[in-house]
Amino acid sequence: MPEYPTFEYDVLVIGAGGAGLRAAIEASAAGVRVGLICKSLLGKAHTVMAEGGIAAALSTTDSRDNWKVHFADTMRGGQYINNWRMAELHAKEAPACVRELEAWGAVFDRTTDGKILQRNFGGHKFPRLAHVGDRTGLEMIRTLQDHGIHQGIEVHMECTVVSLLKDGERVAGAFGYERERGHFLLFKAKAIVLATGGVGRAYKITSNSWEYTGDGQALAYNAGADLQDMEFVQFHPTGMIWPPSVAGILVTEGVRGEGGVLRNSVGKRFMFDDIPDAYKAQTADNELEGWEYCQGNKTARRPPELLTRDHVARCIMREVKAGRGSPHGGVYLDIAWIKEKLPNAAEHIKRKLPSMYHQFKQLADIDITTTPMEVGPTTHYIMGGVRVHAETQMSTVPGLFAAGECGAGLHGANRLGGNSLSDLLVFGKRAGRYAAEFAKQHPPGRINEDQLQSVARWALQPFERGALRESNAEGPYRIQHELQDKMQDLVGIVRTEAEMMRALDEITSLRERASRVGVEGNREYNTGWHTALDLANLLTVSEAITRAAIERKESRGGHFREDYPDKVKNVGELNIVIRRGRDGEMQIVREKIPEMPGELKQVIEEQR
Amino acid sequence: MSGANASPIGRSHQEMTPVTFQVWRGSRGEGQFAKYTTEISEGMVVLDAIHKIQAEQANDLGVRWNCKAGKCGSCSAEINGMPRLMCMTRMNELPAGKPVIIEPMKSFPHIRDLVTDVSWNFEVKKKIKKFKPRPPDNPDGSWRVFQEDVDRVQEFRKCIECFLCQDVCHVLREHQLHKEFIGPRFFVYAAALEMHPLDIENRVEELAKAKGIGYCNITKCCTAVCPENIKITDNAIIPLKERVVDELYNPIRRLFRIFKSKEG
Ligand SMILES: Cc1cc2nc3c(=O)[nH]c(=O)nc-3n(C[C@H](O)[C@H](O)[C@H](O)COP(=O)(O)OP(=O)(O)OC[C@H]3O[C@@H](n4cnc5c(N)ncnc54)[C@H](O)[C@@H]3O)c2cc1C
Ligand code: SF4
Ligand code: SF4
Ligand code: FES
Repeated sequence: MPEYPTFEYDVLVIGAGGAGLRAAIEASAAGVRVGLICKSLLGKAHTVMAEGGIAAALSTTDSRDNWKVHFADTMRGGQYINNWRMAELHAKEAPACVRELEAWGAVFDRTTDGKILQRNFGGHKFPRLAHVGDRTGLEMIRTLQDHGIHQGIEVHMECTVVSLLKDGERVAGAFGYERERGHFLLFKAKAIVLATGGVGRAYKITSNSWEYTGDGQALAYNAGADLQDMEFVQFHPTGMIWPPSVAGILVTEGVRGEGGVLRNSVGKRFMFDDIPDAYKAQTADNELEGWEYCQGNKTARRPPELLTRDHVARCIMREVKAGRGSPHGGVYLDIAWIKEKLPNAAEHIKRKLPSMYHQFKQLADIDITTTPMEVGPTTHYIMGGVRVHAETQMSTVPGLFAAGECGAGLHGANRLGGNSLSDLLVFGKRAGRYAAEFAKQHPPGRINEDQLQSVARWALQPFERGALRESNAEGPYRIQHELQDKMQDLVGIVRTEAEMMRALDEITSLRERASRVGVEGNREYNTGWHTALDLANLLTVSEAITRAAIERKESRGGHFREDYPDKVKNVGELNIVIRRGRDGEMQIVREKIPEMPGELKQVIEEQR
Repeated sequence: MSGANASPIGRSHQEMTPVTFQVWRGSRGEGQFAKYTTEISEGMVVLDAIHKIQAEQANDLGVRWNCKAGKCGSCSAEINGMPRLMCMTRMNELPAGKPVIIEPMKSFPHIRDLVTDVSWNFEVKKKIKKFKPRPPDNPDGSWRVFQEDVDRVQEFRKCIECFLCQDVCHVLREHQLHKEFIGPRFFVYAAALEMHPLDIENRVEELAKAKGIGYCNITKCCTAVCPENIKITDNAIIPLKERVVDELYNPIRRLFRIFKSKEG
């Protein structure tokens, strides 16, 4: 059999975004040998794109904030199907994790008394997001990266894992290729942390990059781990929509946090029209109060533009469908109006939202200090992912951990803005710690040669088909684009049984076509080949999303069914779990959510 | 025909204009320009055109990108000879009717097509002394720092590591002094550390010796290409050069500075 370059670690971390870097730092601090793999260069992962901030009850900007309020906000936002233990740990541990970033050199925006400044965001009762202008993710990933490179972590940049390797029940390693030359690599590891991010590339309009093909979810699923909550995809209400080539690029919620408002084509602030009961008590009922909230008036309630993302996205869809949309099929997001309230509004906007200013100026020829932006929903985040143990982040496969966006539990049916970056820190750290512990307690597993060979053979098939120029060989991009179209249309913001059944048929036929994908050229930095291999994962997660969405016959959070438009109490007590059946078929299992302990119930009651 | 979510976004009918591209194709420095003609619509950026070519005509075209919004610094290339981010270069900024020439960065070893080996940058960074904060001011491990103290450092921390400044700097590009000179990106990095209000490390001596700051003759080419508009030369390099002169060649100022610690 061919010899592959082989690396041996105690803990292998797959993914170098916030979660992966934090996990790697923690594991190496625990004294074990750590390897870190990422598909792009170091520092380019999705985390770099995060804009608005990191949610943590530091209470530096509003002293009324504390973990209990953050916990209750997270549960309310997630519509109570969150893993409550994760939500509790997250709310309690996030502040220390943010301070830790500061100790590693992060430079957050400051309050007038020299503390970390926090900003308002949707669904958070108090200003809670530590931030740096609108480039918080860059600050976070750079801080972790620059700290991590001095920790003796071995980094493999531009490497993609295509399969996890198992020894009986547990994980034993991972197999992948490096992009530069296209050579295969073998990683042996006692424990593995998946930190591969999300699935946005399954949809046509998305804020996500090419990397987000659901690799972690698919790798875990193929290795026999449970996935959970896959039906909950977050469509961020404000993506760019014009020009078409930029459609999907995110417009941060920070715009609304700074006082930006949503209007329809007749100039009406339509968000006042529909405020859900659960949020009535905390939401302003007039424009002035909303503005005062954004200006830090502590007695004011937040404007309806800062309701949760699922709700805002649906309200936008409603306006567009009712014929009150903007010329390119969205609505208007206006921050320029604050000039009525602030003397040097233009300067203020440029200072608070510099990258939004540049993004619109450069990509759409729009000056946001004078002109409203056109925005519409964009596929942004997946709440579901690998089902993990709340405290250790271990999946149902021994030795396999997951953290960050590819894990599930914290966010329930809908994630609050800012809760992802804090999720990465809190659970990245936990995953690193417990993976290191696992590695210390277990000997290395054995690598199954047969499994290796079959993966390698599979990965090279696209070249064979490409070289033969088989007349029925398919191009990888075509299939990817068709899948994106179908998922966007049939399993998008508004779902129905009939359309999702059609989506399953489409996925089946695309899977068949994907098995005939051929690529040209050689193995060196061949993006066509990479795309062909990623297709398998995209199809797996698309199927999981669709099956879970069919199974959940109610509407909740990011999952909205036109045929079941209301919440259903007993469905709301379940998580939908997906696992691979013995014959390779996708199984759907309903798992009852364990009862919340009395203390936490009380916290929620107090915060109603 | 399409589902409940069929929205007009991204589907509008559009005027298309054919544009010709000369894209450098090849491996490890060997190669030639390949000519592609593709349809361009309103608002497209160079990266969109490259993706279109990749999807329709050259599936194996090697190119790096991630964010498509000027945030990650992956898509650096030379467009009509200018080092730029492909995702932030609008097609309508380029001269109409002429072919668009796209090449990889020149200061780094070539890998394939538009992809270069930038690993040297990652090695350089590792050798710069890391952040070392003074002890926390407060019992919860936090510090008291004011916005005025961090404005300067925040400018440097906007860097997206696109390495376009490294690409354009003649010390690296023409003179290939990669062993003696860390380049503008890492002067920005060093400046961010040196001027960080909490940092108590001293990097001045290494900047003068191992990092080669003296090779920079303030041409400001780096500042001109920085997509984050960081005033690399004026705000980072010149102040660092002044520190080098102060601290290494002026013993009294040096003592004074040590007393004042790093108010930077
Ligand atoms: C535009 C934008 C703005 C956002 N703003 C905010 C915000 O303000 N606040 C907030 O809390 N959240 C925000 N989010 C969400 C948040 O940024 C992401 O959820 C989060 O960064 C995900 O981090 P991660 O560590 O899980 O994964 P990522 O940062 O995406 O990292 C994934 C890593 O896994 C690697 N990888 C993937 N597959 C493989 C494989 N097969 N083999 C090897 N490596 C692999 C990738 O290369 C990458 O290194 C935003 C998201 C976007 C897109
Ligand atoms: S100013 Fe200095 S660092 Fe910048 S390009 Fe010129 S020589 Fe290079
Ligand atoms: S300083 Fe500017 S040009 Fe240089 S790497 Fe950073 S962002 Fe790019
Ligand atoms: S793709 Fe991120 S900067 Fe161009």
